[in-house]
Amino acid sequence: MAEQSYTEQEFKVVGSRVRRPDGVDKVTGRARYGADAFAPGQLVGRILRSPHAHAKIKKIDISRAEKMKGVKAVITCDDLPDLTGGRGPNFDILVNCMARGTALYHGHAVAAVAAVDEPTARKALKAIKVEYKALPHVTDVDAAMAEDAPIVQPGVEHDGKPSNIVNVSQFGHGDVDAGFAEADVIIEKSYRTEQTHQGYIEPHACLASVGPDGDGELWVTTQGHFTFRNVCAQLLGMDIAKLKVTSSEIGGGFGGKTHVWMEPVALALSRKANRPVKLVMGRDEVFMGSGPTCSTSMDVKIGAKRDGTITAGQATLRYQDGPFPGPWGMLGAMTSWACYDLPNVQAVAYDVLVNRPKVAAYRAPSAPMAAFAVESTMDLVAAEIGMDPVDFRLQNVAKEGSKAAYGPTYGPIGIEATLRAVKNHPHMKAKLGKNQGRGMACGFWFNFGGQTCTDLNIGVDGTVNLTMGTVDVGGARASMSLIAAEELGIPYEKVKCNVGDTSSLGHNDTTEGSRGTFSSGMATIFAARAAIDVLKARAALMWEIDVDDIEWKDGAAHAKGIEHSNLAPLTLAEIAKKSPQTGGPIAGHNEVVADGAGVSFASHICDVEVDPETGKTKILRYTVVQDAGKAIHPDYVEGQFQGAAAQGIGWALNEEYVYGEDGRLQNPSFLDYRIPVCSDLPFIDTEILEIPNPNHPYGIRGVGETSIVPPLAAIAGAVSNAVGVRLDHTPMSPPRVLKAIREANGR
Amino acid sequence: MPRVSLASGFQAAVDGAVSVEIEAATIRELVRRLQEQYPKMTRHFDEGVAVSINGEIYRDIRDLNIPPDAEVFLLPRLQGG
Repeated sequence: MAEQSYTEQEFKVVGSRVRRPDGVDKVTGRARYGADAFAPGQLVGRILRSPHAHAKIKKIDISRAEKMKGVKAVITCDDLPDLTGGRGPNFDILVNCMARGTALYHGHAVAAVAAVDEPTARKALKAIKVEYKALPHVTDVDAAMAEDAPIVQPGVEHDGKPSNIVNVSQFGHGDVDAGFAEADVIIEKSYRTEQTHQGYIEPHACLASVGPDGDGELWVTTQGHFTFRNVCAQLLGMDIAKLKVTSSEIGGGFGGKTHVWMEPVALALSRKANRPVKLVMGRDEVFMGSGPTCSTSMDVKIGAKRDGTITAGQATLRYQDGPFPGPWGMLGAMTSWACYDLPNVQAVAYDVLVNRPKVAAYRAPSAPMAAFAVESTMDLVAAEIGMDPVDFRLQNVAKEGSKAAYGPTYGPIGIEATLRAVKNHPHMKAKLGKNQGRGMACGFWFNFGGQTCTDLNIGVDGTVNLTMGTVDVGGARASMSLIAAEELGIPYEKVKCNVGDTSSLGHNDTTEGSRGTFSSGMATIFAARAAIDVLKARAALMWEIDVDDIEWKDGAAHAKGIEHSNLAPLTLAEIAKKSPQTGGPIAGHNEVVADGAGVSFASHICDVEVDPETGKTKILRYTVVQDAGKAIHPDYVEGQFQGAAAQGIGWALNEEYVYGEDGRLQNPSFLDYRIPVCSDLPFIDTEILEIPNPNHPYGIRGVGETSIVPPLAAIAGAVSNAVGVRLDHTPMSPPRVLKAIREANGR
Repeated sequence: MPRVSLASGFQAAVDGAVSVEIEAATIRELVRRLQEQYPKMTRHFDEGVAVSINGEIYRDIRDLNIPPDAEVFLLPRLQGG
């Protein structure tokens, strides 16, 4: 790890707010997203989805559709045979992308067509006859845990009986019963959060092409084209090397595009039709058939001394996973108490199956809900003992040497720094008016690194092509260009960074877990340093001196020693120009497992005004404080903080999947599922803390996820303080706020 | 000899123990010896296990030395968004 360790240095271009390289393409419409690909002879793919929440598929008759003019392929699960062994995550992906005997939720894919145009494809879907036998369904997490609940997946057992409880996780240490016995004050409260979608503007889209030789190509909007390649190749029985996957420009992902949804269907259609197939989800399909986060039901109990010392914390978390098991409850349990140093702590999480879409990662997955419950209870305890909520948190804050509730002992961490920044922030001292309230909350996310591979190639004019394999979801091309320029000592404008397809680089893990800048930044540094070694060797040839007599600084080779004082420095461009005569192309390459990402913390402040007549909440002011380790491009870092807060605001106030008694999703559109728009949001203030990560040469930490963790609790605190009654259920929509006010007033 | 603590999901694979002692100088050796002594751990390693050493979480690196008296924790492999 030594070469990966942090070294303090003065940066020349890193940390500057340079122009983003994708800006012109995006504002002029030249950027090519998932649906913008075209191939000669391409067909239009469409998916037939279950109208039932839970149903046996007795028969699918595709014969009429197959005979229709213009229809080139119709597929069912029979065209996607199980090559996974019938278990594990890839089997779940297979079942999710095409139902196998049972439709598990409203919107579950049951068949698909490829036709010459959209109207023909739609007509073909109507011509497919599916005979269902409706089964009892369950969409609520608490109802799904009841003894008499309909069973979503036969074969799942809990305590030796058929059950929807698919996993129980427990973390913690100490003796919580003894801790509560020591407490002067004990607060216990239950909370609920409704299911939300990541809300990316660009729907899932891909263009698949499989030739008669079995080789294939896939153009797709994704956060991880290498992972998509590996999964799709396994599901379709293809060699990994013979499926080339290119990631398009991405119109938002936030975790939802880390998962394979319909791409195997597009490839199977193409294979059957022997033509390229473009498959683009409609917005209703995005809601029904891809990636919401969990809804939850949670109980939290905190005991404390009157002096503000917490003696015990206990959380019971129930997360619904959709119809397939996931790590979601477990992640909630791991993150729930991570901000605090507690002697006695326990978190128990239940992952529960229901008849809703397969749950996907959503920015710091599972942490916002657990933080909502824990942080809200922290506020209640602080109020009960008459202590300032920031001071109460500071008194119990986790520090270097604290044993995290999820197990390990922390090294250097930044939670206390964010809390002190919040305490001293002018926002905390600003006066509030009538019907206004303020809340604050903390949040934690792990961050991680992973497999990364990068190429750096220097052109004969001295410009640099940097090819990275992590999809740019939040400014990676600008950040990597800054890092390459910093290392090579050349202007930012001389570097062009591209995302390579799967045939051009070794495997790169998906851009998730706030890993993009951390891991590709590390690989870029090492690739640039490898290229500098080549540049020095070429300069040595040009000068006919020993390479050990050459050092690289300020973008040029410098000959060391008085005996070489007559040699003027050779710039990168001068060396590159002579490269054909000194050995050919100059390049640097690196492959790395970038571990040691370091945990991340944020603290937020929020002011709201609540209309007591309508229950509508307006966000008046919002401040994010987060540790970035080192902000490579501060604009993008601030953008991540602001974007995460904006998503959290939508989650807290408006967004929710609404299911009818029939188990059907009632609001699969942006008209009825309300994400925040500009007029809903104030300018979100940010404060970047830079506490270097000791495990990265530049001190980088991931920044993309942590700031979605505190908003639910911070806003709940603000709304509760504004209306005088504690809100315990998100979204805190106007009807829910009004109901809470009326119940508090005995009406 | 490092004492290796295990997240609850792994404890059934080591006969219900909260922690076990494993003689290992690197993460790779730790993973190998754990599977030798507790074959049921193999399924977990196939699905993904993160190793925390003195508070730092490693998802993939295997050739890292484990210092004597290090705190070692086995955690489920994390997923992000």
